[in-house]
Amino acid sequence: MDILLLNIIVLVYILAIGYLGYRGWRETRDSADYMVAGRTIHPYVMAMSYGATFISTSAIVGFGGTAGLFGMGLLWLTFLNIFVGIFIAFVVFGKRTRRMGHNLSAMTFPELLARRFDSRFIQYFGGLVIFFGMPMYASVVLIGAGRFIETTLAINFDLALMIFSIIIAAYVVLGGLKGVMYTDAMQATIMFVGMAFLLVMTYSHLGGVVQAHRALTEMANLVPANLASMGHLGWTAMPASGSAWWWTLVSTLVLGVGIGVLAMPQLVVRFMTVKSSRELNRAVLIGGVFILMMTGVAFVVGALSNVYFAQHDGIIAIAAASGNSDSIIPVYINAAMPEWFVYIFMLTLLAAAMSTLSSQFHAQGTAIGRDVYETLTGVRGGRSIPITRIGIVIAVVVAVILGYVLPPSIIAPGTAIFFGLCAAAFLPMYACALFWRRATKAGAIAGMVAGTFASLFMLVFVHQKEAAPLGIAKMILGRDVLITSMPWPVVDPIVVALPLAFVVTVAVSLATKPPAEEHVEMCFEGID
Amino acid sequence: MLGINDPWIIGVYLLSVLSTLLCVAYGLVKWNKGG
Repeated sequence: MDILLLNIIVLVYILAIGYLGYRGWRETRDSADYMVAGRTIHPYVMAMSYGATFISTSAIVGFGGTAGLFGMGLLWLTFLNIFVGIFIAFVVFGKRTRRMGHNLSAMTFPELLARRFDSRFIQYFGGLVIFFGMPMYASVVLIGAGRFIETTLAINFDLALMIFSIIIAAYVVLGGLKGVMYTDAMQATIMFVGMAFLLVMTYSHLGGVVQAHRALTEMANLVPANLASMGHLGWTAMPASGSAWWWTLVSTLVLGVGIGVLAMPQLVVRFMTVKSSRELNRAVLIGGVFILMMTGVAFVVGALSNVYFAQHDGIIAIAAASGNSDSIIPVYINAAMPEWFVYIFMLTLLAAAMSTLSSQFHAQGTAIGRDVYETLTGVRGGRSIPITRIGIVIAVVVAVILGYVLPPSIIAPGTAIFFGLCAAAFLPMYACALFWRRATKAGAIAGMVAGTFASLFMLVFVHQKEAAPLGIAKMILGRDVLITSMPWPVVDPIVVALPLAFVVTVAVSLATKPPAEEHVEMCFEGID
Repeated sequence: MLGINDPWIIGVYLLSVLSTLLCVAYGLVKWNKGG
């Protein structure tokens, strides 16, 4: 690989990012521009920004590698990403969110919920959940990107992390959400091209769709014994029902990530950046195709990499990647693809990391500036923008520090922790805010608090994947998890915390005085 | 079908494509609605 050529390509890419960040900065005049992009974003930019924020490097490399290990069962996550993450999110939740956000002049997700339920507590509690919950998730993406730059551009990891962080911080701090969304759209376009090439070249390498799948189906006898004991029945078969891998697939990946996406603050705020539901209608088309080309391609190619390695080296993908599933996709790309495509794929992964991180940092900045500082001090409007900018810088610094100080065993579940926490804390309240006029402030607060603490309890004491590395249960109980009998150690916290939070929200709402009719009418103005 | 034997995997493969087509169809039908 020509390192000089690759560095030149990356430099051109960074200059383009710089130009779009500058465009965002030039067009940002007030807090609405900075926080919700002036509510006038083009549907292509909105859909691609939503998709690029949704899909990080870990979705392509991490989950693609998991598909290389366990097979096409992961496509259930692709289906949910498209049907729930795009269709339901845009058509059912997005239109009401946009309209209600406009009615209430809300500029952040916690602010939308707070104004709907007329409660400052919801805004700063929600802001704090985001500000303290998201850094783990951000550090996962940031460190992954740093390692990736280190290996591909042959520069020191510390230097890679520093340069990468400074570039992202610069265009997020200066350009606000406009800068973030403009750069997202460009990055998503690069990602789309890269993944489209990857799909076509993989299927053509392996003799076409049916022949490639058939070859993978016939490899079921090559499943290693340790994976078979977890329920692995082959790369084109679902895992054995009720097995450890089946529970992980169904509860963590499908429910946790598939449903949790509905309440991600950095995604919900995208709905408030367009001026009418027509833009959302158009964005559905773009978003659906984009997500299929991201997760669908990553999971299919990850699984099919087994065929390539079996035909060329007589081994399965996880063996070719020396036992590290995160290396399956990069090893496959380097082994099976022409050199020019390796450059495109490098840029695809860089774009995926930057687009997700920039939105995470923006969400954390607005959480601390708008949701916490403004709410607690009473300072309104543009005067909190400097605090938001400081919040973004703090978020970047914290993500970098976390990447250095936390062991990989704790960083790894960072994404799942944040998705689960957001789903349990925000989703019941968010759904009730949009669809149930009878929901009360007390019900919303009770549900949010119950969901947050139930989720944290499950993470610390029940779900082995997080409880074991955290070590708190071990310290108090003398064992890794509270309940050792199956399936509890592999049941994702969302399975318990989300229904509990819904029940609490509804029960407390029914037990308390209905909200003022005129306030509800104002919230639902223009909503059928 | 499609070189895959497990109906759950065939199903989800097709569901992923069909849900994308649903998004495309919705976007086209509603292209000028709601403005």
